[in-house]
Amino acid sequence: MNVMAPFEGIGAAVRRKEDLRFLSGRGRYTDDISRPGQVHAWFLRSPHAHARIRAIDTRAAAAMPGVLAVLTGADYAADGLGGVPCGWQIHNKDGSPMKEPPHPVLAVGKVRYVGDAVAMVIAETRQQARDAAEALSVDYEVLPAVTDMRAALAPGAPQLHEEAPGNLCYDWHLGDAAAVDAAFARAHRVVRLELTNNRLIPNAMEPRAAIGEYDPATGEYTLYTTSQNPHVIRLLMGAFVLRIPEHKLRVVAPDVGGGFGSKIFHYIEEAAVTWAAGKVGRPVKWTAERSESFMTDAHGRDHVTAAELALDADGRFLALRVKTLANMGAYLSTFAPSVPTYLYATLLAGVYTTPAIYAEVKAVFTNTVPVDAYRGAGRPEATFLLERLVDVAAQEMGIDRVELRRRNFIRPDQFPYQTPVALQYDSGDYAATLDQALAAADWAGFEARRAEAARRGKLRGIGLSTYIEACGIAPSAVVGSLGARAGLYEVGTIRIHPTGSVTVLTGAHSHGQGHETTFAQIVADHLGVPLDKIEVVHGDTAKIPFGMGTYGSRSLPVGGSALVKAMDKIIAKAKRIAAHLLEADVTDVEFDPRAGSFKVAGTDRQKSLAEIALAAYVPHNYPIEELEPGLEETAFYDPKNFTFPAGCHIAEVEIDPETGQVELVNFTAVDDVGRVINPMIVAGQVQGGVAQGVGQALLEVCRYSADGQLLSGSLMDYCLPRADDLAPVSVATHTTLCTHNPLGVKGCGEVGAIGSPPAVINAVVDALRDYGVRHIDMPATPARIWSIIHAKTQAAAA
Amino acid sequence: MPQVTLTVNGKQHTVEVEGRTLLVELLREKLRLTGTHVGCDTSQCGACVVHIDGDSVKSCTTLAVMCEGANITTIEGLAAPDGTLHPMQEAFREYHALQCGFCTPGMVMSAIDLVQKNPQGLTEREIREGLEGNLCRCTGYHNIVKAIAAAQEVMHGRRATLAPAAD
Repeated sequence: MNVMAPFEGIGAAVRRKEDLRFLSGRGRYTDDISRPGQVHAWFLRSPHAHARIRAIDTRAAAAMPGVLAVLTGADYAADGLGGVPCGWQIHNKDGSPMKEPPHPVLAVGKVRYVGDAVAMVIAETRQQARDAAEALSVDYEVLPAVTDMRAALAPGAPQLHEEAPGNLCYDWHLGDAAAVDAAFARAHRVVRLELTNNRLIPNAMEPRAAIGEYDPATGEYTLYTTSQNPHVIRLLMGAFVLRIPEHKLRVVAPDVGGGFGSKIFHYIEEAAVTWAAGKVGRPVKWTAERSESFMTDAHGRDHVTAAELALDADGRFLALRVKTLANMGAYLSTFAPSVPTYLYATLLAGVYTTPAIYAEVKAVFTNTVPVDAYRGAGRPEATFLLERLVDVAAQEMGIDRVELRRRNFIRPDQFPYQTPVALQYDSGDYAATLDQALAAADWAGFEARRAEAARRGKLRGIGLSTYIEACGIAPSAVVGSLGARAGLYEVGTIRIHPTGSVTVLTGAHSHGQGHETTFAQIVADHLGVPLDKIEVVHGDTAKIPFGMGTYGSRSLPVGGSALVKAMDKIIAKAKRIAAHLLEADVTDVEFDPRAGSFKVAGTDRQKSLAEIALAAYVPHNYPIEELEPGLEETAFYDPKNFTFPAGCHIAEVEIDPETGQVELVNFTAVDDVGRVINPMIVAGQVQGGVAQGVGQALLEVCRYSADGQLLSGSLMDYCLPRADDLAPVSVATHTTLCTHNPLGVKGCGEVGAIGSPPAVINAVVDALRDYGVRHIDMPATPARIWSIIHAKTQAAAA
Repeated sequence: MPQVTLTVNGKQHTVEVEGRTLLVELLREKLRLTGTHVGCDTSQCGACVVHIDGDSVKSCTTLAVMCEGANITTIEGLAAPDGTLHPMQEAFREYHALQCGFCTPGMVMSAIDLVQKNPQGLTEREIREGLEGNLCRCTGYHNIVKAIAAAQEVMHGRRATLAPAAD
């Protein structure tokens, strides 16, 4: 009897291979690692947002029990090492480069935000290091601080860096200003909106951690770190900071407990523990407390924007003009400059045919934690702006908000579609995702639900967004011309072992995405090898040839494509081996990926992949004159374009007018993420992204006091969504294939966080329509909503 | 230094600790049971939840010396000796209720206690409210709630095997 194995390839909702170790407590996160002879680091951090360091007295601390070393910026400078580099250079309108002040590993001369590292104590135990840090005495001259971007740009503002007069990092623009001016001049109507994209704190559940180690026998350094891209950390830290050549530096990012962007960047603690390990001759471990995460992990968003949309009498978009201030924080984090420029303004066409767009962005230094990419990175900011503006335009022009969107959609027959802001969309069907979402959310039946809620004394509202984003970053030559200081290809190796099992090495990194399963599914699908014979390895520069890591929903479009390219090479070589074994011409050998067998066309003569692998490793009967033994191939895949996931999100909310409390009652997502490898994982990614987007819309905000103290510095002050803050999220997909990568995939990691915030706020505004609300900034907290309702009620009573 | 004698996952240990040593530090650093995680410093996230004498407790806010004579179960002690998963572990896998896995041990330990203390069965809303002490940043809780709802049916004997998730 021929029993078919369950299908495990592309499209199957395979349960995850990685779950067993996580569910049994056998995950291995950085803080779980304990190296022989390991000692512990504690960082003394600035309590001031801006201060000059007059002196640091380390004597008492150095004499404390268990202390091996107390290291300061002066010690670091004495070793002649570098600061943390920035990976992306933006140019100003006038062509000059952005201001790029130094970012020291340990503060030198000045501290610039609360949390800036001033000294590092190394001791036998973590508690001893912490106790000794408390005995450090720092003489600060406190300076005026500035946290608000407009205040930072004002004349006379406190200056953070000598290198950046006026606290301006860059003044950048994109698009055709003259065309936009001309379109505004002939517009039937101009709709204006000022909005804030609230500053967020990523809060991956695993706090950052790092262990540095030095082996004097070999001169090799090892860094274990909570990173989304170990090779990038090796490159940056090795080449620019500690100047350790790559062959003497290994970076391991083992199991990583969530990232959402915050673990892309090269942080000073990684360099500090590696440097210190060499100095004290012992492995040095540091693990952040959550308080440290709040004040040292790169924050996200933090834009202030004025936008204007010009429309003709029919509601067709003629032009868009955008002015944005973007907060960089106190120093430039690794990819910070790219976020409010090429990951933001390039998305301002959205899914619409707006012919002319002009965006101006000023990036500003403030006495706050550095700001960088957080799930979506620039695209949520663009989407919130556009999808709010479209709703306001619909309201002001008296056109139905769904109809206004439809009127301006790029149609399926217009692809490839060149936007006026640099991107060329390859595929999509925006009306299809809209229609599917409207049906799934029962948009047509909403007014009955509103009326029913009103009878219960509740204000019910519905809102939608039709978003697009750009993923799969990115063609190296393109991003290079835009200022990236790296290539953005990905690397994959397929190693067929002599007995036919497969090891997959990928430069992408999984920290929740489930690559160990989805990447194995791709290999199973292409090579016909059962899933349990495939192991995916990631996160170690000693095992994987190279890689650029995981962010920007790039793992599958770029990393998955690299695996396909490597498998193409495997199959090509295996065909030649098969031809030899089967005594056939190579052109007559066909590969059946379902069966995993190589067959002579029109015959039943065949060899399995395992048989071919054995011949390749035991080459007794082998075309040794033509082919090298072995069956292992590596591919570097440089994408041809970005990918463009898009879709429609619909939120339904109920507001209690007595308290201003918003309850999310329904959420519907219909996303086009291209080909779906594992629908269970895609749904999980969307649900998680939506939770973060709903968090941004309703709950989360980072607040600083005027003098630079972080007010939202703990999980008691920063409102991370809990289970009872959220509702079930209905997820469906509608697929148009990406046209330029071999899998047809687009990426699904960020769509949830990008599409959802405007859908939620549009629903809140809709619920408050009787209160004359035109816009409400995020987060739409009870206090904010109650004030709106109360003001209107008071005015009516007066 | 004080000594504490306690039973962890069925095995008795006597350990020297500082007075300030937390239970989670004892588990992770002295016993090398690193499945129990620390996600915060304000007792908010629940990544450190273990069972002490059958009750779910945040081990980051429990002093080790308070656990003299206690019977503690951690995530490592849930599966049967032959490796058979606890129904809650099985449900988390079947319903894709974990992504990065960091909150998972605490989430599973909390969920088991929540279900055990509510033999009448929990509604979706009650499960959400019962997870008040556990944070997850990856899943949006959608699948965690479904997994717990499915696991309670097995744990209370209303189903012999876990209901499969709809694909």
